[in-house]
Order: sequence, then structure tokens, then C-alpha cells
Amino acid sequence: MNQERIHIGRHRLDTEGLQNLYSQPQDGGIVAFTGTVRNATSEREVLHLDFEAYEPMAVHTLEQLREKTMRKFGVRDVVIHHRLGRVLPGHAAVVVVVFSAHRKEAFEACAYVMDRLKKEVPIWKKEAFVDGEVWVSAHP
Amino acid sequence: MREFALLCFGIARDITGQRMLQRPATPGLTAGELQQTLLREYPDFQTLASLKLAVNQSYATEDTPIAAGDEVAIIPPVSGG
Repeated sequence: MNQERIHIGRHRLDTEGLQNLYSQPQDGGIVAFTGTVRNATSEREVLHLDFEAYEPMAVHTLEQLREKTMRKFGVRDVVIHHRLGRVLPGHAAVVVVVFSAHRKEAFEACAYVMDRLKKEVPIWKKEAFVDGEVWVSAHP
Repeated sequence: MREFALLCFGIARDITGQRMLQRPATPGLTAGELQQTLLREYPDFQTLASLKLAVNQSYATEDTPIAAGDEVAIIPPVSGG
């Protein structure tokens, strides 16, 4: 498991490992989100996803998002890991863990990170089906 | 004329057929002008849900200048998570 707070890479993600690594006695609430690859989109079977990133900009954007989230919600720490390369159904593509004194801001901060990540961070996924491939969200 | 690098990610790589292009850094070039040029040269970009440019790893506005040696990237709709 990579031990940076912000990481993009090809290794498998470990939500529990990150939670254990960064939790502190003052945390009263830890919210962990694991985004996994679904086995179907619109009833078409998904074989796998291929993720790619503009890596230096994606890391930089995630670092800014982490700092903004901590300021905005007053949470103690935020960890964000994202996979690159091929990810099979059932496996984790993204993990966000928020550590906070209280649960309400931890839930809100975790949802905020995912919403912004999906809009701002230069990461792309291509969905592979039996009969073709599609860049997700590319077309209206 | 001196050049800048234009990186192509995701569907932008499929549309241009290249991971990276070298383009001339014409005097006074802005991100807005480059975007218009790309939409003309590669009409498939017009079919995308959105199209952004990054200059030196930050999202550009229309007025962002582009100079020789800059790292510019075409950012088609992102889909992380």
C-alpha cells in the first residue's frame, strides 16, 4: 500500500489499511468511501475499465482539493488514492477517507471530495464491453 | 519559430491520433485562440460534452497566454472515480 495521503498509481487500493494508518485518537468519526467497478452499465456487461491521468496535474489538483476540503469542513485529515491502468469489476478504483472529530462534517467532506474529483481532476476512464469500448462521459 | 508541446489525453488522443503534438508558439497566442483552432482542425472535438485546455498543469481561461516551451494539454470531459 502506498503511504502518501494523495496518490495515483497502479497498485491495488486498501481502504482499511489507509484508515488504520492515518487514524488518530482524537478522531470521533472516520468516513471511508470506496468506489468500485460495476459489472454492467445500462445492462451491458462491463469487462474492465482502463484509467489514465495527466499525472502531475491530477496529483496537484487532488492536493488542492484535499486542502480546500479540510478548510471548508474543518475535518482533521483527508486521504485520496486513485487507481490507474486496468481495473476489473468488483475492484476499487478510488478511495477517499476523511478523519474528523464529528461525523456530520466527515460525511459531507467525503461526498464533496468525490463530487469535485469527478468534475475537476484530469483522470479518464474507458469502459470495455464485449462489443466495443467507450470513453466515459466524453459525449453529451 | 519556437514551439510548445500539446499533450492529448483520453478521447483527445484518439481524435488527434497522437499523444503529443509540437505546435508553433505564434506571438500573442492565447488558450482561447488555440481552442478555436483545434475545433476547426479536428471537428470531432465539437461533438464532446466539453473541452478545456491546461497550460503548465493549470486549467486555462480564454485569455491565458501560451508561449514557446509551455506544456499545454487538451482536457476532454474528465471521468475519474
